[in-house]
Amino acid sequence: MKDGEAFSDIVTSRLGGETMTLCYQCGTCASSCPVAKITPRFNPREVIKLSLLGEKDEVVSGEAIWLCCSCYNCQERCPQKVEIADLMYALRNIAFREGYIPNIYSEFASAISSDGRIVKVSAFIEKKRSTLGLPPLQPTGVDAVRKILSATGFNKLQKREGA
Amino acid sequence: MMSYALFLGCTIPARQPNYELSARKALTKLGIELVDLANMTCCCPPPVQSIDFETSLAVAAYNICLAEEADLDLVTLCSGCFESLAMANAMIKKDDQLKARINRILSKAGREFLGSKEVKHYLQVLMDDVGLGRLKESVSKPLNKLKVAAFYGCHALRPSNLLKLDDPERPRVLEDLIEALGAESVEYRNKLKCCGGLLRGYSDELALELAREKVANTAKAGADCIVTLCPFCFVALDIGQLQIRSKFNEFYNMPIIHYSELLSLALGVDPKELALETHKVKVDKVISKSL
Repeated sequence: MKDGEAFSDIVTSRLGGETMTLCYQCGTCASSCPVAKITPRFNPREVIKLSLLGEKDEVVSGEAIWLCCSCYNCQERCPQKVEIADLMYALRNIAFREGYIPNIYSEFASAISSDGRIVKVSAFIEKKRSTLGLPPLQPTGVDAVRKILSATGFNKLQKREGA
Repeated sequence: MMSYALFLGCTIPARQPNYELSARKALTKLGIELVDLANMTCCCPPPVQSIDFETSLAVAAYNICLAEEADLDLVTLCSGCFESLAMANAMIKKDDQLKARINRILSKAGREFLGSKEVKHYLQVLMDDVGLGRLKESVSKPLNKLKVAAFYGCHALRPSNLLKLDDPERPRVLEDLIEALGAESVEYRNKLKCCGGLLRGYSDELALELAREKVANTAKAGADCIVTLCPFCFVALDIGQLQIRSKFNEFYNMPIIHYSELLSLALGVDPKELALETHKVKVDKVISKSL
């Protein structure tokens, strides 16, 4: 990330973040959001407002962006066609690059790199398949995944000390 | 006979043999051949999209490439896999710049995305290739005594511009498929609201509050069970009920059933062959009403 570059430019240049500046703060997203209904800790309209105002540190270091449940209700209903759920991914992607990585997500990242899967299939379950009448599991394309992760720089993403 | 490459994903083989068994049995009975391809990987669902969207699209596209090379469309059982793969397929097909960008990455793994295949949720296969008429004719044990709460979850339907499974605000396909088995589909409050599944592990407290509302609303409507289309929704609502019991001291005992399990029962599959003991909330009530 270059110094002095406007945060909204950084966001809109990322996959998923392209539509952010179309937002006119009507709040349809917030009123469609199942999480915002049960906690004041997440409000999609607020996250977009802070991002448009350039409050990068508050957005990427805070917990709000991680509380989106990816239900896509807001994205379906946005009158400006802001891709809000995808925008949350773009903001999380930026947070990841800045080293703000929740534990569960670093577990997902290392599982993908080591096994090519986010949930490991245990040897016990794999053995049990034949007794249940299920065909053997095919091998996982973990080598291909590793090549893709190295081409995109995914495998270099690391947690910031103390974050 | 229609053939599809079966995309199993991670959660189903790791945790839910009941889902895989019922889907394989029911689809095979209905004349759908499922082909298991080598070298498939994780679909890269929202948790991975959250880490790096570009990587997720590339890995999803890689899996679609394998189906392209086998000259088969893909079918998924998990709505998370469906969303990741169908979204990537639609996004990359309609955007040449994105396609070039993804293909530059895929070239490192020796693949090229052509955009020649479809990704379908198995509900679409049931509707398109079997059809409600033939499905009704195939039912040997109609589920006339059963009241079912249909639960779509989020990622079978949304983002609807890319997934195109049904109307995201007024879907009908699952209710139609439930009624085709002879069961009654009951209406309940906030039917289309999220189960909270993807918040599990980051904020269990909020995830459970959403799951609790879902289970409570279906119980209030007099449902015998909730029908799901996704292993994440299943976990959120099935194992979720054990956590709801200890956290809120509320005991619902609401069976959670995958649509393919209900379908298998209606097609006359012996419940003993379905690994139903995988369910944390026992499904005996559903089985006794379906015999």
